[in-house]
Amino acid sequence: MNKRERRRLRLGLAFTGLWIVGIGTFTAWPVIASLYYSFCDYSILKAPVWSGLENYRELIHDDLFWKSLRNTLFYAGLSVPLGTVVALSLALLLNCEVRGRSLFRLFFYLPSIVPMVASAMLWLWIFNGQFGLLNWALAPLLAPFGLHPPAWLVDPLWAKPALVIMSLWGVGNAMVIYLAGLQDVPRELYEAASIDGATGWRKFWHVTLPLLAPVIYFNLIMALISSLQIFTQAYIMSEAANGNGTVSDGNPARSTLFYTIYLFTVAFYDLRMGYASAMAYVLFLITVLLTWLATRAARSRLQHLN
Amino acid sequence: MNPHTRLGRFVIYALLVGLSLVFAMPFVWLVSTSLKPIDQTMSLPLTFIPRAYYAEIDGQQREVTLDFTVAQPGVVAEISAGPEAGHRVFLSDDQLARRSADVRVLHRVQPGWWHVTVRINSTRVVHPGEAADPGTAGPAPWDLVPRSSIDSHVRFRWRNYPEALATIGGDPGTPGSAAALNHVSFWVFLANSLTVCVLGVLGTVFSNSIVAYGFARLRWPGRDAFFAVTLATMMVPFPALMVPLYGIFKMLHMVGTLQPLWLPTFFGSAFNIFLMRQFFLTIPEELSEAARIDGCSEWRIFLRVILPLSKPVLVVAALFHFLFAWNDFLGPLLYLSRKQTFTLSLALQSYESQTGGVQWHYLMAASAVTILPVVVLFLFTQRFFVQGIATTGTKG
Repeated sequence: MNKRERRRLRLGLAFTGLWIVGIGTFTAWPVIASLYYSFCDYSILKAPVWSGLENYRELIHDDLFWKSLRNTLFYAGLSVPLGTVVALSLALLLNCEVRGRSLFRLFFYLPSIVPMVASAMLWLWIFNGQFGLLNWALAPLLAPFGLHPPAWLVDPLWAKPALVIMSLWGVGNAMVIYLAGLQDVPRELYEAASIDGATGWRKFWHVTLPLLAPVIYFNLIMALISSLQIFTQAYIMSEAANGNGTVSDGNPARSTLFYTIYLFTVAFYDLRMGYASAMAYVLFLITVLLTWLATRAARSRLQHLN
Repeated sequence: MNPHTRLGRFVIYALLVGLSLVFAMPFVWLVSTSLKPIDQTMSLPLTFIPRAYYAEIDGQQREVTLDFTVAQPGVVAEISAGPEAGHRVFLSDDQLARRSADVRVLHRVQPGWWHVTVRINSTRVVHPGEAADPGTAGPAPWDLVPRSSIDSHVRFRWRNYPEALATIGGDPGTPGSAAALNHVSFWVFLANSLTVCVLGVLGTVFSNSIVAYGFARLRWPGRDAFFAVTLATMMVPFPALMVPLYGIFKMLHMVGTLQPLWLPTFFGSAFNIFLMRQFFLTIPEELSEAARIDGCSEWRIFLRVILPLSKPVLVVAALFHFLFAWNDFLGPLLYLSRKQTFTLSLALQSYESQTGGVQWHYLMAASAVTILPVVVLFLFTQRFFVQGIATTGTKG
């Protein structure tokens, strides 16, 4: 490295210095420390004591760990694809040349900026089995078939689907990204496709979708990562199902015990930080694994489309 | 569906309007509930517009609550003998036949008539037959009347808002009582939220613009590798970092204060660095070159050339962070335990768990107050928002 390069390096490091401290303190160190703690018996009050693979061994036999993992994957498996379909459909509708587009966009987008605590509160009320808005709307639709709407958040079978429905209300962010992607598709391509005799559906399949693929991929990954971390809404709703001010444990019947909720409980109520760190690492690995799988699938799909 | 045919356009508009209504309904429900008296939040059939009801009871027009309808024909009667003398009861025709001796029939009742109770203490539900006010003895007067004789007009209960804000920090109690000492004012929560938001916004704009300049406008060995690592950290889930982060702030004696919620913003964040770098890259290099030839240092170029041109992206980053900090729940839940330090989000959740989640009119009013600032902020800055979101998704 010559003198000029060294000067450049110094300047670069000076500008990025804050971030070097930031990434080191608030990301790199926690990632490394988590790994170390995950091999320890650690309760924040006392120094960690090495325990080898004990935490991981215990995880394998922990029913609640598996339950929380299954719950989380179930939620992600429903909310990510449904959210993608809803967000993309809304964006396609808005992309038609319609009057009042910005007003419609406002309606679809606004729910996504509502504070999660407030929207959890609101949906808790909407899902109320007796006086809730949703069952008021559903009851007359189901009545002709002799069916009754479920009690949603207090029914172990319906609590997770309820959270999925709530998540669909907040797809506005993804929708705006899709809309921007759609508007980047050159008009000439549609015109060329029309000349070739392509109609609506074929145009969508052969022109829109391939060009939108990178945007869809980006949104899918973001939705996946955030749905694996689902916490606030489930924490609030399960605490409400549980009754007054007790520890949130995924009621009813642990059907909303999600991964992060269990992790939080283990770490900050039981003070089993080592065990929680092992869980944290597993979550980290699952996120990386699923992202990698999605990337691989996207790549082969892209090649297929092109 | 072809948007150029008449039918196609009709279907598209119908879908857009219908879906807008679906997306707006929860907001309508929120506002509607927040303006109802509590008994109207829990009465069937559901109503959207809060009303005040009036009926004639004992010869007087009084404000009443609608309790339920009767299914059978019968009478309203007064018990004339025994320990319950003077009490008023509803008797079906069968019941009346069995005990006509000790009752005095007041009037007949047809199926479908409403049980109405005089509203005395309108802040809580008075169950039929229950003492209306703990202070006064005796049940609240009630009667059974036909629907057609009940008068009503629209009345919004705006008082829910001040009442919800007065109780969000716990029971205010009487001055000097234990409850009053534990009570925290809504304004404290608001100040806490604003502290975290404003300091966080300052930190975000300050640190990320400098760092992004280093990644976008300077060439130095290792830069691209470092940037790749920076992007990769976006994939690390926050829950995976919680335990060590808590440890760090505990070591710094910051647990229990607001500092862990804003301090890290002064050291950059991967997302904002990425956002600003993308913007800085679009500024023509010639501008920097010209300044360099004039003998400007990189700091001066950053401050005098790049920053003034980057207002849109700085606003976007500031808005995003404000929104994030205002809405954040897990962070405050992790670090804060004393009520005096709670942010509004955390206070709202603790309000819900304290009240057992039945006072929906108050909960909705408090939720509306939490939502309002972000909605107003958004309406005034929509343009920046939409641009910013689009940038993150399509230019990656």
